[in-house]
Amino acid sequence: MTEQTPQPDPEPSMLDRMRGRLVPEGMPTDDRGRMRMVVDSLILHIHPTKVDSSTLKWTYTWGLGGLAGLLMAILGLTGAVLLNNYTPAAPQAYLDILELNSNVWFGELIRNLHHWSANLLIVVAVLHLIRVFVTGAYRPPRELNWLIGVAMLLLVLGANFTGYLLPWDQLAYWAITVGTSIISYVPVIGQWLSILVLGGPEVGANTLLNFYSMHISFIPLLIFGLMSYHFWRVRKDGGLTLPKAVDRAEAPKPERVTTIPHLVRRELIFAIAWIAALLVFSMLVPAPLEGIANPDVSPNPAKAPWYFMGLQELLLHFHPLVGAIVLPGLAIIGIFLLPFFDINLASVGVYFRSQRGRSLTLLGMGFALIATPTWVVLDEYILNWNAWLPTWDMLISNGLIPLAIILLPLILLDEWMHKTFQADTEERVLFIAAFLFTAFIVLTIIGIFFRGPGMSLYWPWNMPAAHG
Amino acid sequence: MSQTTSPDPNLSRRDFLKIAWAFFGGVALLETAGVFIAYLQPRLSEGEFGSLITVGLVDDFPPNSVTHITNGRFYIVRLGDGGFLSIYHRCTHLGCTVPWDQSAQKFICPCHNSQFDQQGIVENPPAPRPLDLFPVTIENGEVKVDTGVIIQRQSYETAQVVYP
Repeated sequence: MTEQTPQPDPEPSMLDRMRGRLVPEGMPTDDRGRMRMVVDSLILHIHPTKVDSSTLKWTYTWGLGGLAGLLMAILGLTGAVLLNNYTPAAPQAYLDILELNSNVWFGELIRNLHHWSANLLIVVAVLHLIRVFVTGAYRPPRELNWLIGVAMLLLVLGANFTGYLLPWDQLAYWAITVGTSIISYVPVIGQWLSILVLGGPEVGANTLLNFYSMHISFIPLLIFGLMSYHFWRVRKDGGLTLPKAVDRAEAPKPERVTTIPHLVRRELIFAIAWIAALLVFSMLVPAPLEGIANPDVSPNPAKAPWYFMGLQELLLHFHPLVGAIVLPGLAIIGIFLLPFFDINLASVGVYFRSQRGRSLTLLGMGFALIATPTWVVLDEYILNWNAWLPTWDMLISNGLIPLAIILLPLILLDEWMHKTFQADTEERVLFIAAFLFTAFIVLTIIGIFFRGPGMSLYWPWNMPAAHG
Repeated sequence: MSQTTSPDPNLSRRDFLKIAWAFFGGVALLETAGVFIAYLQPRLSEGEFGSLITVGLVDDFPPNSVTHITNGRFYIVRLGDGGFLSIYHRCTHLGCTVPWDQSAQKFICPCHNSQFDQQGIVENPPAPRPLDLFPVTIENGEVKVDTGVIIQRQSYETAQVVYP
């Protein structure tokens, strides 16, 4: 029988051969092809080949984790080019910022982008933490990922704080002076630790160099390392937790769709939208810059960066050991330990666990919204522990006594939740967390908008101009 | 007859070596940490702040005056009875530079409103202790302040004042 020898293919051109290597199978046309594309690609294979369609709902995760990752990438990119125009030595550092804002093409834009992405990252990281907390997505087997996430939050705060000093203006110098003074209140090693961090007895040339080096090497390396681990663990722990409607008896039926295009398309649009928003914002709103740093003149008022204003407000009411070391220390330890409290796996994926959980959260927030400003005003104008107990050590009169006074109602409220509302452990944790977090936000808002010269209370619309 | 082996009270070679490895490994780790911490120690290289500063003659400072020596980071306070105090201008609360308010005759900190009297004693919290001092010496009619030594105190004592 005769065989029809197939005609040999014409020699592929160089362009064809290049294109052939890039996408050997050709663009996928069916689901199997799309799944194979995810697995075969370095970047895309962070994703699974298929995801549950219920996790794609934007109102479940709000894209917060992904946004945090995007912001880190923007910060890394803008940071890398900002390096070209910056010297970490006074007064050159300040002059470099002026140069960026005036003589460098798009220097002001890139600096603004870096500044606003950094500030947004704090908000997004905290919101992401809250989302994971209120949906119970930190419960087994995801406890390790929670710890990694909290560690990254602390690193992000460290990156923001070290970066804050770099412009070497009055704003930077005094914010870091106030912020680092807290270190000296650490028991036993406080003075030594303060000198180590500052590179000397006060904020100076060594501090600028040390902070610069931390900001561009150690901290970003740690963050990127932990971020990779964090993404890997998401996959290892089985991907996102499935959202559930509140008080539904059984879990919804999973429905899986291919990552390409369903997840990837959403991620792409989300990223582009946020990049556009950040660019527009950076074009419209400049990053702040005051006069060059002057160690002899403290501005009035001298405020820490906005994300530390809650702490600074706390320091107006407590002895520094209590307000800056004990309370924040306990809070951070508590946040780390959250996954290890009593757990109820049935409510994972449900916002605020249950109907009662929702009510308790609102109750906790409401209490804090009322109690916090009341106490701030009371402490400002009426309470004066030092005057009433002049012979007592200020650590007790201005530290332990007010601490006991605010902890007592909290313990009583928790008992009330337990006895009257029959709240289980995780609902009580939800209540306490809602209360404390709302209180801290209120303190931060008071510190930013209601404190003026001499750190006295003013209505924001009556704020006298700062001097010094 | 089978012999039941009782636990050997003597340390086996294997266990001994394990313990030795662990011990010396721990020492090595501590040494490495020590190397890095020593590397990070600041060197006090500043000529102005951290060294002995000659501020001027005794008669340059009239009694009951407060003079700010900015490069030294301190005030020279000459009390009514002629005695000298060198007060570190850093607020003992959170480190802001405390200006002297001539009309109120007090040091008033702009950061959290800590107030101190002429001798640096706390008149208004949240400062937890009086303003720190530097040692003052008077040689040949010249006033010298050693900014390398920071004296913290809980109260005012007449021994802290230096008379010419």
